[in-house]
Amino acid sequence: MEQILANGLYLGAQYALIALGLTLIFSLMNVLNFAHGQMYVFGGFVTYTLVAQLGLPFIVGLIASAVVLAVMGALIEKFLFRPVIRRSKRDESTMLLAAGIAFFLDAVILLLFGEKQRGVPKIVGGVFNWDMRLIMPYDRILIGFLAISLIVGFILFMQYSRTGRAMRALAQDRVAAQLMGVDVDRYSMIGFALGAMLAGLVGGLLVTITGINLGMGGPTSVKAFMMIMIGGAGVISGAIAGGFILGMMESIGLTLLAAYGDVTYLVIFASLMVFLAIRPQGLMGKPWG
Amino acid sequence: MTPSRLLGVGAFLLGVFVLVPLLIVLTGRWDFYYTLTSVALLSVGAAGVWLTFYIGRINIGQGAYALVGGYVSAILVTQAGFSFWATLPMAGLFSAAVSVAIGLPILRLRGVYFAMVTLVLTEVARLTALALPVTNGAKGITSIPLPGELSIFGLTVIPDFASLGNPKLAFYLMAAVLMVLTYLVLWRIVNSRLGHLCRSLQQNEELSASIGVNTAMLRVLAYAISSFFGGLAGAMFVAISQSIYPSSFVVTDSVNFMLYCFLGGLGYVFGPMLGTLLLYFGWDLLSVAREYQLLIYSGAMIALMLVLPNGVLSLLEKKGGGK
Repeated sequence: MEQILANGLYLGAQYALIALGLTLIFSLMNVLNFAHGQMYVFGGFVTYTLVAQLGLPFIVGLIASAVVLAVMGALIEKFLFRPVIRRSKRDESTMLLAAGIAFFLDAVILLLFGEKQRGVPKIVGGVFNWDMRLIMPYDRILIGFLAISLIVGFILFMQYSRTGRAMRALAQDRVAAQLMGVDVDRYSMIGFALGAMLAGLVGGLLVTITGINLGMGGPTSVKAFMMIMIGGAGVISGAIAGGFILGMMESIGLTLLAAYGDVTYLVIFASLMVFLAIRPQGLMGKPWG
Repeated sequence: MTPSRLLGVGAFLLGVFVLVPLLIVLTGRWDFYYTLTSVALLSVGAAGVWLTFYIGRINIGQGAYALVGGYVSAILVTQAGFSFWATLPMAGLFSAAVSVAIGLPILRLRGVYFAMVTLVLTEVARLTALALPVTNGAKGITSIPLPGELSIFGLTVIPDFASLGNPKLAFYLMAAVLMVLTYLVLWRIVNSRLGHLCRSLQQNEELSASIGVNTAMLRVLAYAISSFFGGLAGAMFVAISQSIYPSSFVVTDSVNFMLYCFLGGLGYVFGPMLGTLLLYFGWDLLSVAREYQLLIYSGAMIALMLVLPNGVLSLLEKKGGGK
């Protein structure tokens, strides 16, 4: 039981970090970022290139992933989303753009990094073993803690910094924020960059454990969508809750339902449908988004 | 119907049923038949997605219904010995029935919430197909017989596909007929009372409910029609490929259905057809670029979105001038 909970927490921390980026972008710009999973994969490959191929320390790789993705996110917002949002008649048109960017990133990853599964050597060796009741490799514990501290850092940033306050205002009411003198364009760009950066950071963290490959982008996006549906789209606390809930469900399901074959995700999906029928806006979301 | 519109429809039918086969014979590119058959069938599915867009919902779950329809047809043909032609409407109706059951709760959702649930739906369909015994799991159902003869009162309407010298052409014509019929139905729906009511849902659901439109019934109806098209397309695909697997329709396919609609233009009945043609045919033509195929394809998609954010058919609007 301890093992299941620990696995769930570890998975949940990763998931929450992915969902945070997605929900941030959604709350600021009303854009469902289909390319989020691809951004995550890209971040993983940046870390892989620096750490495994150039032999730089892990932390450098992680920072590089964050910087590269933040720049990419800022550029995507400024040159792609902003003009399309301004000129299209329906908000949903951005979905085509987002999907196009997802395909584009897939193509870029394929050309730059190839299609093979990649991983970096363990950053710390050894396994934590508590009486055979709880077994966890040290590197997973480290990554779990890094992820949690990043989440805490992100919340503090959103809560207490000037930029964070501006972005929260923007998420609440775009027009009102603009009237109060918030530079909407600038903070949309920063928000998108921050969201992409979070995706890149998770990629950099997870490449040390699960490795990374081209095909992971799409499924990661789907999982991230589920998390923000559980928690409520556009709400930061909701994304964190959704991430941890999904992590726990996956961990418990894989243990309990193993006897019935590969049905964990089917059960999760089915319960999600029932849950959404009762509470369409998720745990903490505003009604009708 | 104005003469110019009649002329346009005539030209379109001529192009689909005469010019395309003629061009293929002249150029000898027989592989285009398969591509164009796919385009026709995908546009049938996309027509359904378009209809859900028309009531203001983003539907990224058409792959699920295509998979359901495909499996219904495949199981009925292989295990119950039905004729393919009988299973075709059954596949559509079964998909529609499933969509009513699913749609009743989830159609209360709006915007991105609905979009995300439908996206998850495709995954559910795939996992269900893997888990159920009747679908034969990951091995799928293979070597499904080709569609047999369809006759009414002893008069052969459609000959047995297995006896045909050129099944590719037959499949193309069959898919094209289905596509034309689908868009005829869609056009009729949009220009009927039902279409006006759907438009009122798209603009403001509360307002239309307040003046007495039964919004709950209407959106389930539109969703069921949409899924009916999805089921038809799925069943036809199965008949052509003679096999179906849980991975025959995945999330990417569902997303593609949505993209076809966006690209063609959401305000136009024939938008999804054009979008399918451009995206799918374009993708096929780009295969000469090998490893750069996806790069060029997605780059073109992004560029098109930047230039024409309201779909390709919005070009018509500019020419018409401030209507």
